[in-house]
Amino acid sequence: MRFTLNGTTISLDVLGTRRLLDVLREDLHLTGTKEGCGEGECGACSVLIDGQVVDSCLVAIGQVEGRDVVTVEGLALPDGRLSRLQQAFIEHGAAQCGICTPGMLLAAQVLIEQSRRLTADDVREGLAGNLCRCTGYTKIIDAVLSCTK
Amino acid sequence: MSSPPPPPLASAVGRSVPRREGAAKVTGAARYTDDLVVRDAWFGKTVRSTVPRGRIRSITLDPAFDWTHVVVVTAADIPGDNVVQLIRDDQPVLAPRGGEIRHKEEPILLLAAADRGTLEEAARHIRIEYEVAEPVYALEQATEVFSTVEIGKGEVVEDVEDLKDVEVVERTFRVGLQEQLYIEPQGAIAIPESDGSIKVIGSLQCPYYVHRALKRALKLTDQQAVVIQAETGGGFGGKEEYPSIVAVHAALLARKAGRPVRLIYDRHEDLAATTKRHPGVITHRTAVKKDGTLLSQDIEIVLDGGAYCTLTPVVLSRAAIHAAGAYSCPNVRIRARAVATNTPPNGAFRGFGAPQSLFAAELMVEHVAERLGMSSVDLRRRWMLRLGDTTATGQVLTESVGSELVLDAALKAAPRVGTSARRHVRRGRGLSLVFHGSGFTGSGEKKLQGTIGFEALADGTFRILTASTEIGQGTKTIFCQLAADALGVGLDKIGLAPQDTSLVPDSGPTVASRTAMIVGRLVQEAAAEVKKRLSREKAPFRVEKSYIQPDSIHWDETTYRGDAYPVYAWACTIADVEVDLTTGAVRVTDLVTAVDCGKALHPVMAEGQIEGGCLQAVGWATIEEIKMKDGGYQNDRLATYLIPTALDAPRIRTILVENPYSQGPFGAKGIGELPMDGPAPAIIAAIHDATGVWLDEVPATPEKVLAACASR
Amino acid sequence: MLHARTVRPEPEALLDLWSLHELKGVRRTGDVLEIAAAEPYTGIIASPDVQQHLPALAAAARTIGAAQIQNRGTLGGNLANASPAGDTLPVLLAYDAVVVTDRRSIAIDEFFTGYRKTALQSDELITAVRFPRGRQVAFRKVGTRAAQAISKIVMAVSRHPGRGGARIAIGSVAEVPLRARRAEAALERNDIEGAIAAVAEDIRPIDDVRSTAAYRRAVTQHVLRELLVRE
Repeated sequence: MRFTLNGTTISLDVLGTRRLLDVLREDLHLTGTKEGCGEGECGACSVLIDGQVVDSCLVAIGQVEGRDVVTVEGLALPDGRLSRLQQAFIEHGAAQCGICTPGMLLAAQVLIEQSRRLTADDVREGLAGNLCRCTGYTKIIDAVLSCTK
Repeated sequence: MSSPPPPPLASAVGRSVPRREGAAKVTGAARYTDDLVVRDAWFGKTVRSTVPRGRIRSITLDPAFDWTHVVVVTAADIPGDNVVQLIRDDQPVLAPRGGEIRHKEEPILLLAAADRGTLEEAARHIRIEYEVAEPVYALEQATEVFSTVEIGKGEVVEDVEDLKDVEVVERTFRVGLQEQLYIEPQGAIAIPESDGSIKVIGSLQCPYYVHRALKRALKLTDQQAVVIQAETGGGFGGKEEYPSIVAVHAALLARKAGRPVRLIYDRHEDLAATTKRHPGVITHRTAVKKDGTLLSQDIEIVLDGGAYCTLTPVVLSRAAIHAAGAYSCPNVRIRARAVATNTPPNGAFRGFGAPQSLFAAELMVEHVAERLGMSSVDLRRRWMLRLGDTTATGQVLTESVGSELVLDAALKAAPRVGTSARRHVRRGRGLSLVFHGSGFTGSGEKKLQGTIGFEALADGTFRILTASTEIGQGTKTIFCQLAADALGVGLDKIGLAPQDTSLVPDSGPTVASRTAMIVGRLVQEAAAEVKKRLSREKAPFRVEKSYIQPDSIHWDETTYRGDAYPVYAWACTIADVEVDLTTGAVRVTDLVTAVDCGKALHPVMAEGQIEGGCLQAVGWATIEEIKMKDGGYQNDRLATYLIPTALDAPRIRTILVENPYSQGPFGAKGIGELPMDGPAPAIIAAIHDATGVWLDEVPATPEKVLAACASR
Repeated sequence: MLHARTVRPEPEALLDLWSLHELKGVRRTGDVLEIAAAEPYTGIIASPDVQQHLPALAAAARTIGAAQIQNRGTLGGNLANASPAGDTLPVLLAYDAVVVTDRRSIAIDEFFTGYRKTALQSDELITAVRFPRGRQVAFRKVGTRAAQAISKIVMAVSRHPGRGGARIAIGSVAEVPLRARRAEAALERNDIEGAIAAVAEDIRPIDDVRSTAAYRRAVTQHVLRELLVRE
């Protein structure tokens, strides 16, 4: 099967029923995407498929044929510098233990790409599928709001 | 003409500098245990008891299954002591054939195989038969006592019949289980070396706890056991002692398999089998004069330790010491005990007994205020401990008492209370005032003698050697800030050795709100010493600094009297709630908390600790409920154990109050656990303010709120 | 995907319907709205036709999980899974929806035949859900938290003055998404108090990990009152 991953075309020969999460972590050695629960509750495994945030523990790799996948490894700028969102996470203290951070960044990325101006409540709703136990969410919301239009 | 001297470096301490490992965390480069690739590693699995109490009659490996591709470890394979090294030697690493089972999910066998499919198949071909015994669940029926604590001051008022103008208020409070819910589950990778040593890399808070456990069970020397902390995705106490079990299990498998073994828990196993916050019952009997003078507090605490002792005596100790609350009372009697039940063992969770006892203490203030027809804020102002006052253990508070500071700061910052636009929603506000001892209780720090190393390297940089772990709270960042300022160099000159027991000395566990205050102070002192030595000696060289208890601290372990903690941190929390009378659901809309932290070494990180701790307490008070069934947790998936999402979380406003402590680095006090203590009683008080009902327990679920409102 | 990992024997293969564009989209033909079976909730929520003509469906879809789940969850999935707690299912009942398959149309009232059981044949494929125009539906979900929560109760209510038939549909109070027939009968007589009393008899809630039968019974009555008054 073929799909685009962080801008590059990938060809794989894998069992189609395997989880996208496992293919990313084990076959492609991209361990930025995390497993927190394996049941679509915590969002630590969030990736973007065609610009939408999904739980990769619930997606079969076969379903990704021809799609455009983005993981946390694809968020930095082409020259390696951190994106504005990644910088904001560091500046605002939005990452503590960091395990929820990759998934949170991807869910946030979708939010900040929206053309409308976001409120704090919009951000809370957009991040409701990403559990964080360290931060109380306050600084995550601050970081995301600092990047909206 | 000489060029002007360079401007002095901006002080790092007190500035919210970028997190040391922040870039790695936001790019996905940070490597947590399961991210590590280890060649030729097999996967491990724990086979656990399905009964809560009994004896293992037989263990049968189905002969129809091909066991040649599976490694099986039983208690018979343990080379050292079949004991999880902690306080009491009561918990086995693995329950042996013929041995006793004391709780559901108790580990019996370990399996390793090359792939997870084979592992699951193998597990399905094991049959364990038990002789079941009658389990004990109810606290009232528990007969085994893990520990007791008695604290006495003066004489409590017993007989009030002859006393005029005295009111006695008596209430009983219940506090529930809580799961730490670190988003990264428990896990360890054990790697056997050809020389007989074993290296364990894991998700953990205390490398040397794990080190001791490995030495004991696998009969290894100090050098043969090597423990390395990987980047850890949250701990909150849940990775204080439990990782010793995971590590020893992984090591036993690796030793028998002769190859590395990855033992990574999935969320279900983690929820079902690992330690939780001690639930319990706390009873208060408080005597006051009708004018509001506090006369006596008579307090009884019973905590459920689960099946094995683990850290229960220390949890009970902290619960007892904080039980009278942040108040000055001439007559106090605290009788606390922790008992055993046939449920999975309970263990460390942020706050460590204090959230439980402070919950009760704070609500007592509300109940007394209600009885007297007085404002509970006024009552707190009258009763609160101030500089020079004496605590329940007889400790005179000689410095850094922020009680009134935080009360005033929170009251000033609280938003105006509005009324709800919706007919069936009631708003309410509650307040709490709490304190929390920073550092180990009593002589704990003295016994531990935590030690750090500090190196001046030949290239002009410096390296901190500490076993204190980064688990999100900012250890690495603040240690570098402290070192940089003590040396007068830039942050870029400071590095840290990995948390690897073969490289760093034992600075003690990353617990008890001690890392910044106790270990940070050692870092500061070591850096200062290195700076002095550099004036007469060239790098490279290394110094070590060990904790020396100040002479002013006196604690009597046998009478439980004296200076229980070096210093206390203080917090006042105001919670605003909305109660939906249609459903009984409680939504915490705003939380304001003022915290006396001594000195905010890193303001953003200090706020982060407070905000995160507050939300954990909000969860404990509202939606984090664990229902038991036959000695096991019904809430054993993330779909059924619920923590707050971003949509549930209140707006949290943090006010940092700096009231320095002379022995802390730059005046800093430990605050890691304090945020857990305030929100729950404030929320219960707010629910009462909104509805008129008192729920003297947590979690205050909608079911309980609705029933209480209906019976009004 | 979750189910595929635990069901025994393990399926030999999975057929992925996600990319079939015929199973995507929201179409309106005259008076009738049709939502294709694999249209994700995100699309349903964003559809101007749904917002205008089936606002309770959009409201229900917004309570499902969170963004990640809404981007992949579908009506076809919710129907085939037939969980009594399915958030959209009471709404479908209240709207008198019709389940369109590859071979027939099934009225929603006849679709749920038992606990997690449907009227579908073993090889039958849901292709769309059709909504006749005209009903106004009020919706409320009661869950433990604001997102990512399986409901304790979930209710959709529709009165259709002059066009026959009240609908009171409730999830998580029986083994199937339920129509509260006695309560509906009372409502049709304009007996609101009677409906609220009767609904307690219509439902058969249980104690489970999430809640209790007593709570579910009380809240069902409270929520029904709230939705009727709101209407």
